Amino acid sequence: MSEYCLFCHEEITSNTNWSSFFKVKTATYLCPTCEAQLIKIEGDTCNICNRPLEKLEPQFVINSRCLDCVRWEEDEEWKGYLLKNESLYEYNTFLKEIISQYKFRGDYILAKIFSTNIQQKLISDTLFVPIPLSAERQFERGFNQSEALIVEAGHSPTHLLERTHSEKQSKKSRYDRIHIPQVFRLKEGRDVADKAILLIDDIYTTGSTLRHAAKILMHAGAKSVSSLTIARS
Amino acid sequence: MNFAVLREKLVTEALLTTPEITQAITSLAEIPQPPTNPNFSFNRELQKLLLGKQLLIDEIPYSLEDIQSHYENGYITMRKGITLNKNRPQCERCGNEDQSLFATFPCSRCREICTYCRKCIMMGRVSTCTPLYGWGDENDLQHTDATLDWTGTLSSGQQHASNQVIEFIKANKELLVWAVCGAGKTEVLFEGIHHALSEQKRVCVATPRTDVVLELTPRLQAVFPTIEVASFYGGSEDRQKYSPLTIATTHQLLRFYKAFDTIILDEVDAFPYSVDEALQFAVKQARKDNSSLIYLTATPNEQWQKECRQGKREFVTIPARYHRHPLPAPEFVWCGNWNKALTKGTLPANVMKWLKHRIDTGKHALFFIPKIELIPKILPILQKLHPDIEAVHAEDPNRKEKVKALRNKEIPLLITTTILERGVTFPNLDVAVLGSDDRIFTESALVQISGRVGRSAQFPNGDITFFHYGLTESMLKARKEIQNMNKEALQKGLIDVE
Repeated sequence: MSEYCLFCHEEITSNTNWSSFFKVKTATYLCPTCEAQLIKIEGDTCNICNRPLEKLEPQFVINSRCLDCVRWEEDEEWKGYLLKNESLYEYNTFLKEIISQYKFRGDYILAKIFSTNIQQKLISDTLFVPIPLSAERQFERGFNQSEALIVEAGHSPTHLLERTHSEKQSKKSRYDRIHIPQVFRLKEGRDVADKAILLIDDIYTTGSTLRHAAKILMHAGAKSVSSLTIARS
Repeated sequence: MNFAVLREKLVTEALLTTPEITQAITSLAEIPQPPTNPNFSFNRELQKLLLGKQLLIDEIPYSLEDIQSHYENGYITMRKGITLNKNRPQCERCGNEDQSLFATFPCSRCREICTYCRKCIMMGRVSTCTPLYGWGDENDLQHTDATLDWTGTLSSGQQHASNQVIEFIKANKELLVWAVCGAGKTEVLFEGIHHALSEQKRVCVATPRTDVVLELTPRLQAVFPTIEVASFYGGSEDRQKYSPLTIATTHQLLRFYKAFDTIILDEVDAFPYSVDEALQFAVKQARKDNSSLIYLTATPNEQWQKECRQGKREFVTIPARYHRHPLPAPEFVWCGNWNKALTKGTLPANVMKWLKHRIDTGKHALFFIPKIELIPKILPILQKLHPDIEAVHAEDPNRKEKVKALRNKEIPLLITTTILERGVTFPNLDVAVLGSDDRIFTESALVQISGRVGRSAQFPNGDITFFHYGLTESMLKARKEIQNMNKEALQKGLIDVE
């Protein structure tokens, strides 16, 4: 429990009444005003990528699946690797600001905002695998934003992947993102046979990064690969 | 990033050729500073970038080897980004000591738990393994003679203030220039800046607002054509430029360290400078030890006014506008419980009458309201009077366009929050404040708002009305201050009796 909102720095005043007195305290890191601007992904969503379906025109939805995922699953090169993605929140202006301050400005402590929710999604008998950064980017940021999400949720990350070369994803078009050569490889000496794996990343945009990672892991013999991200753009 | 100490020099971990004990810079007892080697041929671009600065390694587009060799030869300096005072961290860049604005993280650069400052993180992260880089030789670069290319004349009020500014710049002292809205304070600076530049001094004009930087830069560049003015604001491209005359937001001063002989600080009382200790710290850090500081404002806060009265602060007033007409004083009009009227979808009759009169006569107007949340209620009421009426607030992405539309007379009236209280000038304008008794309308806000009226020589008059539901001290003080300035101006012969 922090006294001040991690984002807007306003004091968080908690109303103590009988029910809050007896309830187990859960940590709060945002003030109610900021908290209210995080929109949870709920309702009907794509059965693979978790994208809210109500925001899509009907012609872009086929049997509870968004057209992007339909296209991935029709592609012999990509089908069946990523079992399912789950994203916590809609990628709105507010979340964009938080993630940008967290990731690009390097305000590590903001990972705590998501810790309680992520903790609930991390189930046992699963390996929690952060999407790796290149050595240069890791030095530049000082930390890996995906790894920090796992650590702050009280779990240990398993480092299975490494980047083959460095490139900035956020500057690329969807076409470029999907048609990049292999960006990851399995770290030497890692055994993933029959392991259930949960990839962790900050944002699901086209799903390309996560599918590249999933493909490597499935080829290495993983039982299943799912993913969890903070935001679904 | 860690360092080893080898032969009384710091060596960046990445450049070590043998295994050595390394430490984060904050953990070092002291930072060895090698003597300047006069035979070293240093990089002049790097000098321009770093002279009078405190930059992070990420802000220096040169290799680690280059930086290391300039350090070893006594040109680049390093300071700790975070220092510990009895184990409590303090940020050396922004002065933050508030422990709730520090956080820790497992750092890939030093592979330890690093403490970082959250207060100035928007300028890049400063942590316990972060050095602040600067330039050792404090002698400024020689610049070409600056000629003052301005043919205007100063009013006698301006001239008096201008002379004072020159004296205080010469003497390296602090001066407050208390100039009424529309006094023409920018022109008052020209001779002072010119004098400073002629003595090879490095000058900075700093202001809390980016808009003002964008407006001042071309203006000052035009009057000092022989030198290249550098402009610093979030997203500006002059980062690597060195200039004897720098225009910067107070935020950007966080990147400077003992850089300026003269700082002219515009709108000292404006948000966010007035409430942000980091920005006040930044101004202090950006000055050389022996330097002058000129404050400019139309509305010094109560503390400063008191210090002026008690003779504890040196100041000069410009009590009149350059066009020699008195400042329009606000008229107070009681309008009852306008909030209640709003729930019925209307505004008090006298307010509606005021608005309607502007529309009918085609006189352009600003209508100040206390809260942004009122816009959705008030805008539709006013749009019934005229469909082109618009509203602006701080977060409005179309703010500039709307202000421009009012200036171009494309819209008759603009509803605004206090965001337009200062910095905007319209030639012929009436202004009303709804709920001038609201807490948001401080004395200085009301003086500034009143200062929007009668700015141009062609239209020196205008109506300023405070619609209220009870008088406040701020309202009375604001009116008193305007009246006092007019009285002083009259006594000094700075306005013509009408």
